[in-house]
Amino acid sequence: MKRREWEEFLGVNLLRLVIGITVAFLILFLSVIFSKGGPMISWSFLTESPRKYMTEGGIFPAIVGTFWLTILSIAFSLPLGIFTAIYLSCYARAAWFVRITRLSVRTLAGVPSIIFGLFGRMVFVHLFGFGISILSGALTLGILALPMIINSSEEAIRGVPKDFWEASLALGATQRQTILRVILPTALPNILTGVIISIGRVAGETAPILFTAATFYTRQMPSSAMDEVMALPYHIYALMTEGAHASKQVPIAYGTAVVLLLVVLSISAIAIIIRYHMRRKRTW
Amino acid sequence: MVKPHYSTTHICTDNVNLWFGNKHVLKNVNLPVYDKKVTALIGPSGCGKSTLLRCFNRMNDLISTCRITGKVTLHTQDIYAPHTDVTTVRTKVGMVFQSPNPFPKSIYNNIAYGLHIRGEKKPKVEQIVEKSLRDAWLWEEVKDRLKQSAFSLSGGQQQRLCIARALANNPDILLLDEPTSALDPQSTAKIEELCLELKNKVTILIVTHNIAQAGRISDYTAFMYLGEMVEFGETRKMFTVPKDKRTEAYLNGVFG
Repeated sequence: MKRREWEEFLGVNLLRLVIGITVAFLILFLSVIFSKGGPMISWSFLTESPRKYMTEGGIFPAIVGTFWLTILSIAFSLPLGIFTAIYLSCYARAAWFVRITRLSVRTLAGVPSIIFGLFGRMVFVHLFGFGISILSGALTLGILALPMIINSSEEAIRGVPKDFWEASLALGATQRQTILRVILPTALPNILTGVIISIGRVAGETAPILFTAATFYTRQMPSSAMDEVMALPYHIYALMTEGAHASKQVPIAYGTAVVLLLVVLSISAIAIIIRYHMRRKRTW
Repeated sequence: MVKPHYSTTHICTDNVNLWFGNKHVLKNVNLPVYDKKVTALIGPSGCGKSTLLRCFNRMNDLISTCRITGKVTLHTQDIYAPHTDVTTVRTKVGMVFQSPNPFPKSIYNNIAYGLHIRGEKKPKVEQIVEKSLRDAWLWEEVKDRLKQSAFSLSGGQQQRLCIARALANNPDILLLDEPTSALDPQSTAKIEELCLELKNKVTILIVTHNIAQAGRISDYTAFMYLGEMVEFGETRKMFTVPKDKRTEAYLNGVFG
């Protein structure tokens, strides 16, 4: 073979190798988690409360807790994020203001999540007096999700072709009508992408709820947003670090991990399906 | 320059100067646009003809560095006077853009857009949608698929959809910004014929870089060069005996 062909051969196969390694890691990761945790999954594991110092029984309260924490945090950060993005991309005139806001958002995105946890403890738990509760945890998680939602929404809005703006304004629409009737519906599939990513992160975060919402063990289901809850990621943490029956706790932790993975993946799947149907209607 | 007859003038600019930042784009432009006629704006690229067009529905307002002096009069109203409602101006002065830009909505909702934002009721909307599509010669082609996406239409159909969308507002004037430059010859011919038909209902001001097109469809022609209004007059006269050397050179294809 000529030198050039050799280089080509080498380059392509190097890429194949790298991709192979990446895929191998994913397969290894999933097989470890599922082989250890998979056997734990059963109907009773999903629907019952833990028993006997968490060495038996299920994880139902943690599933419910994660569900509520995720839903509430998105309910808090989604409108705030979208409105911020709309303001930044459509209304803000002064370049310095936009730059400072964007810098703040990026800084917020870079803050380690444990610090959000401390902040939530200070502000929501103590200062606002919400106590250790779903509300405190959801607000803390919401602040964590906010930069992601603002960034993706702003990009989605800026990505709407300028033609649509002009067409709408030229027909006598106001800026508000244009945003509500043309820009947002057009940007929605891409805004959803940001939401999908943040839901995944929010559901899996441990540090922000460590001091704000999560409890080691509770028999009761949360009856209001002011109750403290169990949550899947914290439950894994607790099972691996506390208690005296490691041989019984570790399998439960892996089982919980499988459930957490499935919860996050199915939330993403639902959002992807919604986005797919919205996108199919548009072709430009 | 031809002296405008003010009684039949629909839109009129009076010493309009326009700057983008420090760039002087329009210089003392005077242009009358006559009622129920087709007026063509021609000139080489960058001469300011699209910018002038966008003065008539205040689309230049979107550019933050834009500054304008002089008067633009619609009937008797100065549309740049303080407290002018821009949305009302834009309803009376419709616009069709260079490349077809339907909304990512159904054919029906594209036409109904202007009516919806003014809160018109359904029976009236349906009636106007049909009338506008008929006026734009699109009804027969789309009447069975009004619910389909506007992007399922061909380029020429999309541009007629945009014309129909503007007509649904019942405008007095239609501004066309090089409406056929993105279209094939057949679609172009159809839009040109449509313009000749439409001028019975609305006043048309069309920007075109196609001299032959201006000759085919316009009653009056305005030639712009480097931000100045060089010559304005009846198309027939200007195309046979241009008064200005620059007009003559442009019409003969010496530059442009």
